[in-house]
Amino acid sequence: MEGPTSTGIPNRKLAMWSFIGSECMLFGTLIATYMIYRGRNLVPPYPHDLLNIPFITVTTFVLLMSSLMMVLALAAVQRNDLRATKLWLGMTALFGLIFLGGQYYEFNHFVHEGLPLSRNLFSSTFFVLTGTHGAHVAGGVIWLSTLLVRAVQGKLDARHAETVEIAGLYWHFVDVVWIILFTLIYLLV
Amino acid sequence: MSRHSAESHPSTRLYIAVAVILAALTALEVMVFYIEALAPVLIPILLVMMAAKFALVAMFFMHLKSDGPVLTAIFAWGVFIATAIVVGLMAIFGKFGA
Amino acid sequence: MAMTDAHSTGIGSWLTTVDHKRIAIMYFVVGFAFLLIAGVEGQLIRLQLAAPERSFLDPDLYNQLFTMHGTTMVFFAGMPLVVAFFNFVVPLQIGARDVAFPRLNAFSFWVFLFGGLFLYASVPLRVMPDGGWFAYMPLTNAEYSPGPGIDFYVLSLLISGVGSIAGGLNFLVTILNMRAPGMTFMRMPLFTWMALIVSALILLAFPPFTVGLIFMLFDRRFGTHFFDAAAGADPVLWQHLFWVFGHPEVYILILPAFGIVSDVIPTFSRKILFGYPVVVFSGVLIAFLGFGVWVHHMFSVGLGPVVNAVFGGATMLIAIPTGIKIFNWIATMWGGRLRFRTAMLFAVGLVATFTIGGLSGVMHSSPPADLQQTDTYFVVAHFHYVLIGGTVFGLFCGFYYWFPKATGRMLHEGLGKAHFWLSFIALNVTFFPMHFSGLLGMPRRTYTYAEGLGLDVFNLISTAGAFIFTLSFVPLVWNLWRAWRRGEAAGHNPWDASTLEWTMASPPPHYNFAEIPAVDRRDPLWHPYIEPESRREGDEPGGVVPRQQPEEPPEPVVMPNPSYWPLVLAVGMLLMTIGGLGSLGLTLFGLLVTAVGLFAWAFEPPFGGGVH
Ligand code: HEM
Ligand SMILES: [Cu+2]
Repeated sequence: MEGPTSTGIPNRKLAMWSFIGSECMLFGTLIATYMIYRGRNLVPPYPHDLLNIPFITVTTFVLLMSSLMMVLALAAVQRNDLRATKLWLGMTALFGLIFLGGQYYEFNHFVHEGLPLSRNLFSSTFFVLTGTHGAHVAGGVIWLSTLLVRAVQGKLDARHAETVEIAGLYWHFVDVVWIILFTLIYLLV
Repeated sequence: MSRHSAESHPSTRLYIAVAVILAALTALEVMVFYIEALAPVLIPILLVMMAAKFALVAMFFMHLKSDGPVLTAIFAWGVFIATAIVVGLMAIFGKFGA
Repeated sequence: MAMTDAHSTGIGSWLTTVDHKRIAIMYFVVGFAFLLIAGVEGQLIRLQLAAPERSFLDPDLYNQLFTMHGTTMVFFAGMPLVVAFFNFVVPLQIGARDVAFPRLNAFSFWVFLFGGLFLYASVPLRVMPDGGWFAYMPLTNAEYSPGPGIDFYVLSLLISGVGSIAGGLNFLVTILNMRAPGMTFMRMPLFTWMALIVSALILLAFPPFTVGLIFMLFDRRFGTHFFDAAAGADPVLWQHLFWVFGHPEVYILILPAFGIVSDVIPTFSRKILFGYPVVVFSGVLIAFLGFGVWVHHMFSVGLGPVVNAVFGGATMLIAIPTGIKIFNWIATMWGGRLRFRTAMLFAVGLVATFTIGGLSGVMHSSPPADLQQTDTYFVVAHFHYVLIGGTVFGLFCGFYYWFPKATGRMLHEGLGKAHFWLSFIALNVTFFPMHFSGLLGMPRRTYTYAEGLGLDVFNLISTAGAFIFTLSFVPLVWNLWRAWRRGEAAGHNPWDASTLEWTMASPPPHYNFAEIPAVDRRDPLWHPYIEPESRREGDEPGGVVPRQQPEEPPEPVVMPNPSYWPLVLAVGMLLMTIGGLGSLGLTLFGLLVTAVGLFAWAFEPPFGGGVH
């Protein structure tokens, strides 16, 4: 319904990118806090007691591949291949869910190992940082599921490619954040 | 848009190639993590690979490479200020020694 | 949801409006109300300090009042008044029919309103926050501030911050994307430029604050240890997060005022702005450097000589682009045909008083000097000179300038001038003596002071000045009432100004522009009419912008539909906020309402209702 824009970029796409720019600051602040407090924890358990690299590598891989599914969904809807669109949208959301399941398992495990949220400085920074990321993933899964439902109803086709693209931008950004968190939290433990 | 099948679509092949590199880099990161000999240079190596993955996703999956300078500028601005704040705060809190 | 006719004026039409001009009016009215409320709080503080060792306010109430005063002025008066001007002026200046996301705009307003109302719900409950507008940890943790007061602070700023970020997003996209054909960046009016910069600042500055507030909330409610020294954390982190936001925030408040006077001074000097590109780029530079000076609020923390020197230097640096603008305004007036209408008086008043505040700012950019000044009334003098002499004067300047456009009525010049002179005198009488009481060592945020310290006279004068301030609102309110009853009709362009908002009738029709103009130069309405001496080289007479928009749109105009969903979404978030005081059930219910609002919003067609 909107006419041509001054930059040639659709309004919603420009808005999503601006939002992502803002989100950089949100995660930047959370990451800064985590990094500043790294090594200052006074009460056990400590990060290296609990962090499980092989396990998190698997879920990291799943989230990374969900980004591939996402671009495939976009490519499919752009060429109006609705079957492939449904398939890849569904796969993206599913992989997102698997990641969230992994996070749920991880959190649960940590709590059982004696690390509830209020335990120490590590628990505070770790849970709030990864939890914020997880909340973003959850929001993305809901968004993608909505698109999937629309696609199944036959209400999503090449005319809505921009909508899928914008959801994709969000999804990839959340993935990019995890790329950073994976390195900073787990590999630089 | 072309009417090719998914397999032969040029962007599809590119996407898969990028995903393969991403997966390989992730595997490499974890390997590096377990190699004792690399411990002294672990941090720079991991940061470089992290930045490479970040750039790949932004450029190809988020299409910044083909979408033009405005969006790149907006994103780069956010990333730059955020990085500056992170590094600045870490420096103030003495995270880089001295 | 039932559609409300865009032209109706019933209460329902205000609840569902997505028209940027109406949203501007709502922002203005609510922001102005908060300005008055916070003004009363300030007046009460001054009454307590009128003489040494008074017991008009007890210390506890005193703490609550200065906290509410500062928090309200910054977040619920200053910001919304700025955004009111963004809303009204920006689409008109760039030749757009509305903002990029009209419903998001309405949503921003509602969450701001609810944030303010929520904060003030603490007043009848007698649990106002009392930790200062910066709420330093560890004073504000659960141990030292056990009551719900700080929670009101945290939660109200969290919810209104969402609205601010949404607004920043909206105006960034609007200005980048909705400019009329031909309006390149370097042809944008200065106010629009500053709105663009401020939108970017909001997007980048608010998230660190949001994160800090979430940490504080979690520390208080869920026993986390973000600011708990006993757990190995550092409470000073809160100060960092606050000021990483807080310094850009002061530019969020001042740059729009700079934009306003940069449009007003040329109009009333009959000269184009001197050095337009310099004013633009110094604005950009300020926005950039503004993220690198926050530690100047923390010199006394003891971060060490290196850190203090770096940030002190950066602070001195940022004063340069700020000072440059002053010279641009003076050079614009130089040799111009000056007309001292009320708007111009406020603009010139800003140039004078802001400079004083800027100078005291440069004084405490030097860490050793600041150690003498910090936490004294000297700093109070500084920031009131820049915030009242800068932001508030700039906003009044814009108010007198655009009021005729917004309402179609003229304001009375005599009353306007009375308002200006009273507030100008009040500002200086109230705050100039604080430089002295501050340098004599009078601490901020302390409910009284002892006799015989040489502070009595200065404080008495300050309190007298505050009364003049209160008095200054009389001509303003009288003027508004008079304009409402029998204000003269304004016409299209009462000031003979140069930008697009003066091409349509006053008040503007619902669709703003019957025909979207094509722009081929800066100050389009001044060609070929402006005096030859201020014409730039290469300018040919006869711009393409019509000096008056046609009465009726030649082609049908499709305007965005009104919608209830922004309000529903905001109510959902309000419920979550209230639940944050301790009711998980209410929070979840609010989440549900929010989700319902979000989905209904997403599937409601934004356009296609009324055609004009
Ligand atoms: C010439 C540019 C400026 C410089 C160099 C400057 C410098 C400073 C410094 C160093 C402080 C900290 C003083 C202390 O607490 O010891 C300060 C405080 C403050 N400044 Fe400025 N400033 C400038 C402009 C502004 C502007 C434009 C505004 C707002 C419109 C502003 C608002 C404030 C506020 C509100 C505070 C006090 C915050 C608080 O402690 O509650 N300043 N300024
Ligand atoms: Cu500052």
